[in-house]
Amino acid sequence: MNLSAAAREYATRHRLRAWEALPWAAGLAVFLLFPNHLAFGTQVLITILFALSLDLVLGYAGIVTLGHAAFFGAGAYTVGMLAAHGGWSEPLSGLAAAALVAGVLGLASGWIVLRTHGLTLLMLTLCTMALLEQAANMGAAWTGGFDGMPGLEFRPLLGRFEFDVLYFRTQYLYALAVLLAGFLLVRLLVHSSFGRSLTGIRENLLRMHAIGAPVRARQVLAYAISAALAGVAGGLFTQANGFVNLAVLGLDRAAGVLIILILGGYGRLYGAFVGALVYLLLEHTLSKAYPTAWQLGLGLTLVLVALYARNGILGLAEALRRRRGAR
Amino acid sequence: MSAALLQTEGLCKSFGALEVARSIDFRLDAGARHALIGPNGAGKTTLLNLLTGVLAPSSGRVLLDGADVTRLAQAKRVKRGIARTFQINQLFRGLTVLENVCLAVAERLGAGGAMWRPAGRRADVIAEAARLIELLRLGDDAGRRIDELPYGRQRLVEIAIALGLEPRLLLLDEPAAGIPSAESHILLEAIGALPRGIAVLIIEHDMDLVFRFAEHITVMVGGAIYAAGTPAEIAANRDVRAVYLGGALDA
Amino acid sequence: MDFASILLGGLASGMVLFVVSVGLSVTMGLMGFVNLAHGGFAMLGGYVLALAMRHWGLPFFAALTLAFVAVAALAVLLEKTLYARLYRATELDQVLFTIGLVFVMIATVTLAIGPESQVVVLPAWLRGQTDLGFLSYRTYSLALIAFGTALVLALWLGFERTRIGAQIRAAVDNRRMAESLGVDVSRLFTLTFALGSGLAAVGGGLGAEILGLDPQYPLRYLAYFLIVVALGGLGRVTGVFFAALAVGVLDFVLKFSFPQGGTMFIYALTLAFLLARPQGLFGKRA
Repeated sequence: MNLSAAAREYATRHRLRAWEALPWAAGLAVFLLFPNHLAFGTQVLITILFALSLDLVLGYAGIVTLGHAAFFGAGAYTVGMLAAHGGWSEPLSGLAAAALVAGVLGLASGWIVLRTHGLTLLMLTLCTMALLEQAANMGAAWTGGFDGMPGLEFRPLLGRFEFDVLYFRTQYLYALAVLLAGFLLVRLLVHSSFGRSLTGIRENLLRMHAIGAPVRARQVLAYAISAALAGVAGGLFTQANGFVNLAVLGLDRAAGVLIILILGGYGRLYGAFVGALVYLLLEHTLSKAYPTAWQLGLGLTLVLVALYARNGILGLAEALRRRRGAR
Repeated sequence: MSAALLQTEGLCKSFGALEVARSIDFRLDAGARHALIGPNGAGKTTLLNLLTGVLAPSSGRVLLDGADVTRLAQAKRVKRGIARTFQINQLFRGLTVLENVCLAVAERLGAGGAMWRPAGRRADVIAEAARLIELLRLGDDAGRRIDELPYGRQRLVEIAIALGLEPRLLLLDEPAAGIPSAESHILLEAIGALPRGIAVLIIEHDMDLVFRFAEHITVMVGGAIYAAGTPAEIAANRDVRAVYLGGALDA
Repeated sequence: MDFASILLGGLASGMVLFVVSVGLSVTMGLMGFVNLAHGGFAMLGGYVLALAMRHWGLPFFAALTLAFVAVAALAVLLEKTLYARLYRATELDQVLFTIGLVFVMIATVTLAIGPESQVVVLPAWLRGQTDLGFLSYRTYSLALIAFGTALVLALWLGFERTRIGAQIRAAVDNRRMAESLGVDVSRLFTLTFALGSGLAAVGGGLGAEILGLDPQYPLRYLAYFLIVVALGGLGRVTGVFFAALAVGVLDFVLKFSFPQGGTMFIYALTLAFLLARPQGLFGKRA
């Protein structure tokens, strides 16, 4: 590719392509075709949003964290506690509060822990999450402790659409709309100069310092934005399901979302979609019937992905396409 | 005597008992063509790291335009016009040549933190990056990823990135290292064609390049400045010939 | 419970943490490999011990030796075939690979043996109480303290006095330098990986009494092992020893005083400590 072709590609890369409407059309098609599976569909949408938030820090900024569920949990508990104790059960403002709380938490903890790297950073993210988990466990008067808060009720969406406990119709469309908004935000960010500079930080920290970029400020900002998005995903979880418990911020959830993102392919926007769909479909069909075999298969898959398919399913697809193109 | 662009006073750096810079007084004027030579382990790269702020000195001062920048962070010094290349390539290996240069140019133009405007709409950034890529004759490789390029071409990207920062002082750490001789003329031409407004400090082992390019030479040995002067003075200096140049000039 | 009993109890569990974690610290320091599967080797060791005693009637120490040898051999096999491919990989790939490995270990143990907890039967002379003069305490806990102390002394001597120990120290401090001096770092790594995993197996067996033993063991205690290593410093035997004792005692005291949220303090203290000294107790400043 010569210079002008490269420059043209660079200048147009952020433009929306026609095929990018497909996932959303598919999302609407699921609503019409599988009315009995919308509860599951809602969980998939929420998980995509959560994985997408992780992609911003892990895939783009290159920050390896084991504690991203801390922010999902912070959002989930914010919405739950506001509804249970403050009578604040309006959904959209609840999500805004979840984003704010998780974002501030991300800003504060990011400002502190992003001074470190490597194993220490892994440990600090893990400890931050464990700390929150224990706090939620201990503060039973506010959080319901081990049992969490069951039976939460929320006001109708936009004052009109009742949450649908049985079929999740409202929840599904609501989650789809929030995911679309979150996706457009992340897409805008990663194609901005800010997003490009995050990629630079991931690729070569030393060089990024040497071109005069305020590296840590950018990392902390990305971490906070990602935390706020994870908080929104957590808030959606509580609103859609009508409950929240300790499982929202454990190591299982943090490792789960990491696996989903890597499986789909990190640092490529749609990896979160593919990963969440594939993982949750397999889990949904296999894990209840054969929980141990599911874990064994998952473990083997992870080992294989780490050894041979570091860019996940989308990475494999790209490699296949390249090979076919080369022929 | 006019104020120096860059000056150090009694610069020292030690790691534990190991002294890697001993009381270095060094001066660089605007537009200088200066070479830093010396055997391996003489402390040349250490001095570069002290000048750019990668390392903080144990004692002594670094002055830029007469202002004390000793404690200034690396990024702030870049904004004041100090750019460098690395002895071993430090590039964004998974990104294309164009993306590499655009990142540097975007930082210099203050666009690096812009969150809402697509990077592709900064036509000024792209145009400037394209100009530098042409300058270093990297046009055909502009769309290729760094890790697909031969090492010699990567060296040129190092320089394009540094130039993208529009420095007043350019520090080149062994720019010719690893470039096959067939391609080294591109590098030589690029360095020779640098605007006179840019002061250049080059660390290099290739004595042909040093003597063709430099108007001043500083020789370092064992963390200290051993000798300094014009190329003719250095070439005539018997001690320098003894410790370092040796055969390179006799030939 | 009086102060001395709490202290002894904490020391005993700290010794278990030490025996399990010390190998992790050295291998991480040597190769910078983030090995989240380390607890899995401890669990496998515990299972070998429990099953060899129950099914084959092996005596306690023979079974413990078998656990060490079997797990060390498995570790060498895994290191040669899988780990070695990921030395130069990113941290993320290493995290992913070792999480996958933990899942495989957990699932395999669950499928082959079952999800229930295993009991390690102690020999008669390790059961009961021992009179120390000023107080009478569980013999097994005292034995653990003695064993841990002997182990740290042996490892310390091995590190300080032997050629291999010197090579390991050099490679932890500066791998490139050590390699240029002719140290075969990958062979060292295989060796320490085997030894470290074998010790983890012994720790898993000896600690079954205190930490329990079931398939979920590697994930349940993952944070603890990592905390001990991060606090002690990478590649620092004595650092890990003191960190393990501190965590063991603190955990014991806090759980005793605040049964509700004892572990919370451990996490909070770890956070605070690592922020002040990211390199750990004895680690070198980067």
